Amino acid sequence: MADATTTSIPGDLTAGGTKKRVKVNGSAIVMGLYLLFLLLPIYWLLNMSLKTNTEILNSFTLWPNDLTLDNYRTILTDPSWYMGYVNSLIYVVLNTVISLAVALPAAYAFSRYHFMGDKHLFFWLLTNRMAPPAVFALPFFQLYSSVGLFDTHIAVALAHCLFNVPLAVWILEGFMRGVPKEIDETAYLDGYSFGRFFTRIFMPLISSGIGVAAFFCFMFSWVELLLSRTLTTVDAKPIAAIMTRTQGASGIDWGVLAAAGMLTIVPGALVIYFVRNYIAKGFALGRV
Amino acid sequence: MDKTVNQKAWFLVLPVLILVAFSAVIPLMTVVNYSVQDTFGNNQFFWAGLEWFEEMLNDDRLWGALGRQLMFSGIILLIQIPLGVFVALNMPKKGFWASFCLVFMSLPLLIPWNVVGTIWQVFGRVDIGLLGHTLAALGIDYNYTNDPFAAWVTIIVMDVWHWTSLVALLAYAGLQSIPDAYYQAAKIDQASRWKVFRFIELPKMMGVLMIAILLRFMDSFMIYTEPFVVTGGGPGSTTTLLSIDLVKMALGQFDLGPAAAFSIMYFLVILLISWVFYTVMTNLDKREG
Repeated sequence: MADATTTSIPGDLTAGGTKKRVKVNGSAIVMGLYLLFLLLPIYWLLNMSLKTNTEILNSFTLWPNDLTLDNYRTILTDPSWYMGYVNSLIYVVLNTVISLAVALPAAYAFSRYHFMGDKHLFFWLLTNRMAPPAVFALPFFQLYSSVGLFDTHIAVALAHCLFNVPLAVWILEGFMRGVPKEIDETAYLDGYSFGRFFTRIFMPLISSGIGVAAFFCFMFSWVELLLSRTLTTVDAKPIAAIMTRTQGASGIDWGVLAAAGMLTIVPGALVIYFVRNYIAKGFALGRV
Repeated sequence: MDKTVNQKAWFLVLPVLILVAFSAVIPLMTVVNYSVQDTFGNNQFFWAGLEWFEEMLNDDRLWGALGRQLMFSGIILLIQIPLGVFVALNMPKKGFWASFCLVFMSLPLLIPWNVVGTIWQVFGRVDIGLLGHTLAALGIDYNYTNDPFAAWVTIIVMDVWHWTSLVALLAYAGLQSIPDAYYQAAKIDQASRWKVFRFIELPKMMGVLMIAILLRFMDSFMIYTEPFVVTGGGPGSTTTLLSIDLVKMALGQFDLGPAAAFSIMYFLVILLISWVFYTVMTNLDKREG
């Protein structure tokens, strides 16, 4: 993974005899098979998205014989379709910003100080990550309706804070633990106020941690459907919920469904590319 | 790291508390409220005590869903944890191919859950799906909408497809943290591949594997969207897991009392098991220092 984070392996370990080479090939085969298993269903979706419905239903072909971009054109020219992507992106970004803003100071407190009830509080926060969204669907619906936030982006963003804030605190705490405390003390001796120290010195030090936390908030907010569907009807309806309308009177519009699915994969793929070097550490929640 | 005692740290935690109070405590209290009351409509509620809890505990529906849920979570943990570790051991250590594997392995994790369901729903269809079509061509009777066994195989393979990479990435991160000196020492001692795994790699991975088990357990226990899209809980109720049943009850039939009692017991089960994991995990953390 990260070229920067791994130390180079001494030559005598990598330059083995034939036995070593056999093992490397074995690994390559395992990885090849695993990646094939992962990519085959996605390829099938891509394949379908480039076919016409007639071809999908009437002939079984491994690649599109009659390549068409009409399915994508349908989605990208119809506001009721593409606004779904805009809505999803708006609440995901809102959620990421809110989650990080509240999680940063809290994670700092957990990583640096003992205070009354800190351990219980930390576990209690985690319990929210464990709460099944199905339990919260109905109460959220009533709560946000009663405060007039129903069908707004902010409602979904706040609802997703339920599981993203604890996760962000957990990840950031792991990364902050790795920063020596002497840095804080030196900064205070040099006359930095807490706010200035935090934003000027501390945050740049854990920037990779912030990136990873942001990635995870983005990820879990982007993939969640149950809450975002329950809390929206028209104005803030996410793309994942809009996809269900391909089931029309004349059966399912498979091509458009597949194209919509492919387009939901794009933002995730882009984000992964940017954080690829930190992703493994991030999944370990900064605890490696 | 030794921490100093500082009660003012509460102020730093305050924003999180307020936010979580709004997004978790208030809704949860609503659930508790419903679970002890009954209604005849018109927003008139009266005290029902523990009636709903008794009703749900005597209901086969809850126990059936719980049994299926435990079976589902058990099976996927048994498959995903060893498979994930195995994949991690075979991943390239660095360079272009390492990044390549990381990016493509993470891909399933970032697909919206209902799209995951859609992908497998299509993939397994006998008429238009690659998997279903191939199996049918091989003469295997496979139909996930009619056959409970096929439905179970489909949702389990789907979950393995969806989440094994998470376990693999965690294990990989653990492996990356092992200094080369350990391997060199093992080489000098002429330790076998198995011994290297058993005494060097596995202990170093223990911490992250606990996180993997905790995350996979929690998430599989509240899984809703993916199996719902693929099977809708069917055929019959053979793949109706806890969340699917709960949503059916709360948002479908609007049985608020029973659904709320169900929710609370559901939450408590997750909480209990997760607490055990968490305690084990923090103890491991402490032992490592």
